[in-house]
Amino acid sequence: MSQYNIVDPPEGYSAPGFFATTLDRVVGLARKNSIWPLPFATSCCGIEFMATMGANYDLARFGAERMSFSPRQADLLMVMGTIAKKMGPIVNQVYEQMAEPRWVMAVGACASSGGIFDTYSVLQGIDKVVPVDVYVPGCPPRPEQIIDGFMKIQELVGSESLRRRYSPEYRVLLEKYGIK
Amino acid sequence: MERLLIQNSLQEKFMDAIISFDDSSDIFTVTVKKQVIVDVILFIKEELGFQFLTDLCGIHYPDQEFQLGVVYHLHNLPLNTRIRVKTFTSLAEPEIDTLTTVFSGANWMERETYDFFGIIFTNHPNLIRILNVEYLDYFPMRKEYPLEDQTRTDKDDRFFGR
Repeated sequence: MSQYNIVDPPEGYSAPGFFATTLDRVVGLARKNSIWPLPFATSCCGIEFMATMGANYDLARFGAERMSFSPRQADLLMVMGTIAKKMGPIVNQVYEQMAEPRWVMAVGACASSGGIFDTYSVLQGIDKVVPVDVYVPGCPPRPEQIIDGFMKIQELVGSESLRRRYSPEYRVLLEKYGIK
Repeated sequence: MERLLIQNSLQEKFMDAIISFDDSSDIFTVTVKKQVIVDVILFIKEELGFQFLTDLCGIHYPDQEFQLGVVYHLHNLPLNTRIRVKTFTSLAEPEIDTLTTVFSGANWMERETYDFFGIIFTNHPNLIRILNVEYLDYFPMRKEYPLEDQTRTDKDDRFFGR
């Protein structure tokens, strides 16, 4: 027996010789422990993210050591920092280039709501251009908060139904943002 | 370079097109009528040797008759002297001749000034917004517009003392 528990098995029925569970749970388990984040760091929250990736906090423990700098292979868009209005369409384009299933995390006050930049040039929260799953408050948030937000994303990923992305509600959500 | 010398040569050449001289600050300042602004700067460049355009920017004084202004900073590199030239125009007709015929470097700065103050530089080769989003329908540095984003839907004014 190893002293390390890598990951708990999903809920299911087990007896000697077999284990039965739902496909949703197996896929969710695999997905949530291998999320590839795309860091979209525009300012100081990005510096906190560098600390989060470093040895002290080590986001790799959550299966997210592989930064995907191409949106096409990424599962999670992490927007960290102030997004100017001129940058808005670019965030939207990056989101469009990601393959389904995809999740978005707004890290810090600026990405969540515009923060202190209540002004003509700054987008008042990235949820004006892309749908957001988890908001992390803070200015900037500490690495612990970013990890907490990431674990919230893991919960969402692990419990998501395989049919969610084909549902009419999801289509309506994307259409609201003018995506496809 | 002697301020008096600059003042006398400008006075002699442009006479009543010059509105005022200001000797009080660290940089000698000349305010001129907008019709002669390009000629004045060309004269300052060619005859007085201020061959470098340090800066060009807009300004808005809502309390005076000619509210919108453009401020030019020029530098005489061999003598290390600077001069500031100002010109003003009304909000109703915010047009000033372009300086790109004298300094190509004015191109970027005039676009920026147009972007923020809505000053139209006539005969500028490409006068479109440069820093702000294209769909912005006002000029944000003018005093009649509040700093805060007016399109916000998530902030209740009562909680922000407005």
